[in-house]
Amino acid sequence: MAEQRSIFDVIGPVMIGPSSSHTAGATRLGRLARAVFGQLPEHAEIALHGSFASTGYGHGTDLALIAGLLGCAPDDERILCAYELAEAAGLTVSITEAHLGEVHPNTARFRLSAAGAEMDICGSSLGGGAVCVTDVDHFAVQITGNLPLLLVEHEDRPGQIAGATRILAEDGINVASMQVSREQRGARALMLIETDDEAGAEAVSRIGGISGIISVQVVSAI
Amino acid sequence: MAWSSFADLTDAAKSTGSLAQAVIQRESEETGMPTAELRMRMREALRVMRAAVKRGLDGDAHSLSGQVGGDAARLAARSSGIFAEALAAALAAAEVNASMGRVVAAPTGGASGVVPAVLLTFAEHYAKSEDDLVDALFTAGGVGSIIAARGTLSGASGGCQAEIGSATAMAAAAGTEMLGGDATRCGHAAALALQGLLGLVCDPVGGLVEVPCVARNATGTAVALAAIEMALAGISFPIPLDEVIDAQASVGSALPLNLRETARGGLAVTPSACRIVATGPGSAGSTANDDSRGAR
Repeated sequence: MAEQRSIFDVIGPVMIGPSSSHTAGATRLGRLARAVFGQLPEHAEIALHGSFASTGYGHGTDLALIAGLLGCAPDDERILCAYELAEAAGLTVSITEAHLGEVHPNTARFRLSAAGAEMDICGSSLGGGAVCVTDVDHFAVQITGNLPLLLVEHEDRPGQIAGATRILAEDGINVASMQVSREQRGARALMLIETDDEAGAEAVSRIGGISGIISVQVVSAI
Repeated sequence: MAWSSFADLTDAAKSTGSLAQAVIQRESEETGMPTAELRMRMREALRVMRAAVKRGLDGDAHSLSGQVGGDAARLAARSSGIFAEALAAALAAAEVNASMGRVVAAPTGGASGVVPAVLLTFAEHYAKSEDDLVDALFTAGGVGSIIAARGTLSGASGGCQAEIGSATAMAAAAGTEMLGGDATRCGHAAALALQGLLGLVCDPVGGLVEVPCVARNATGTAVALAAIEMALAGISFPIPLDEVIDAQASVGSALPLNLRETARGGLAVTPSACRIVATGPGSAGSTANDDSRGAR
């Protein structure tokens, strides 16, 4: 628990036990993965790494991750019935254990699919309920879910960042942080724009209309 | 960060009248939320704590592995009085946590029994109001935030002293204030509590928040009650709370990794623990939750 921002991070969070990292954090990680994917997945392959793999089942980490994918909050008692919830929602899940390399001990990799869309998401539960998605479709990222985010896939060429941020500025949306990475020069690139307020549908569609921008995805704060 | 030293918090309490008021005022300044709203939010935490204790005392909270559950009801059936009732309440909330029930981390899920145990039991026996309880939770949170700022509240970083130890110090300060102790007395209570658990290692059997975590919520509660008695009797601890917290932090980082939530030392590697782990989840008893996990 690196930073307690408020008294309610000490007396709190209200959570389903037993563990703030393996249960509450895992629920938030599932929620964040779904938010990044942008829709309810039809199928989820989840690979558990490190401590998630070795002690996860006893902490209900599997239940928590699935409940998170279904949109449950960390204090939702339905986490216990995550498998039934998934079945009712049409989500099939397979859970495996894997060594994911030099990553945080509490890490899970999600392969999510729905209606032709597929996404590979890797993230960790850092303790005290804090989480971070570190990899989206093999782009290194840092998504905490603390603020709303725009995930913009675009061609690596001049003017893309300026185009997107100009539209946000015109909409009165303040940028809190930005990350940009690319596969290679002139190829596909990914821009992450963390904002204080969530960008509206109109701004999102205008950004999507910029030549060279492939897709825009709003990731709500969790 | 809300507070980084108990000395500062004590100074602030002199002008606000209590530790609780000082904590609430600072929280309001830092978050921009009105104090009435903060109190309402804490009241909600209180409601969850109370429900967890009640559920545990009803005896229906059993952990997924079947290692823990039913002990709160066992203890409550045997004896009454502040001491026994507080111990039972601590076991109750911790059992609910272990059985994937809803709790308030205080400061963590694994240590979520101590603070409600002391405060709810006092409230009942000394006829304290809901507002008194809300005040006490802010005081507990203030002490916890100081420990977080100077050290850690995580067992993986600082051992069990960082979780149960911190919860015990939080409960000791808040319980002392609830019974009329001034800020200085509260500081002595927290210091007396924390010194008693200095060096406590985190050695969970099978890596689960069950054994010894549930029992440690009760032993932590006993230490908190002892510290409150001593502090209210005018007994002072010669090392100020801030320095005891600093000692806790340095002891925590000096602990070998084996004794910091890795399940590779202490009780976790005893022959009996190894047997429990080898026989697998569920084999130690019936698990109330098996039905809901069918598809795994």
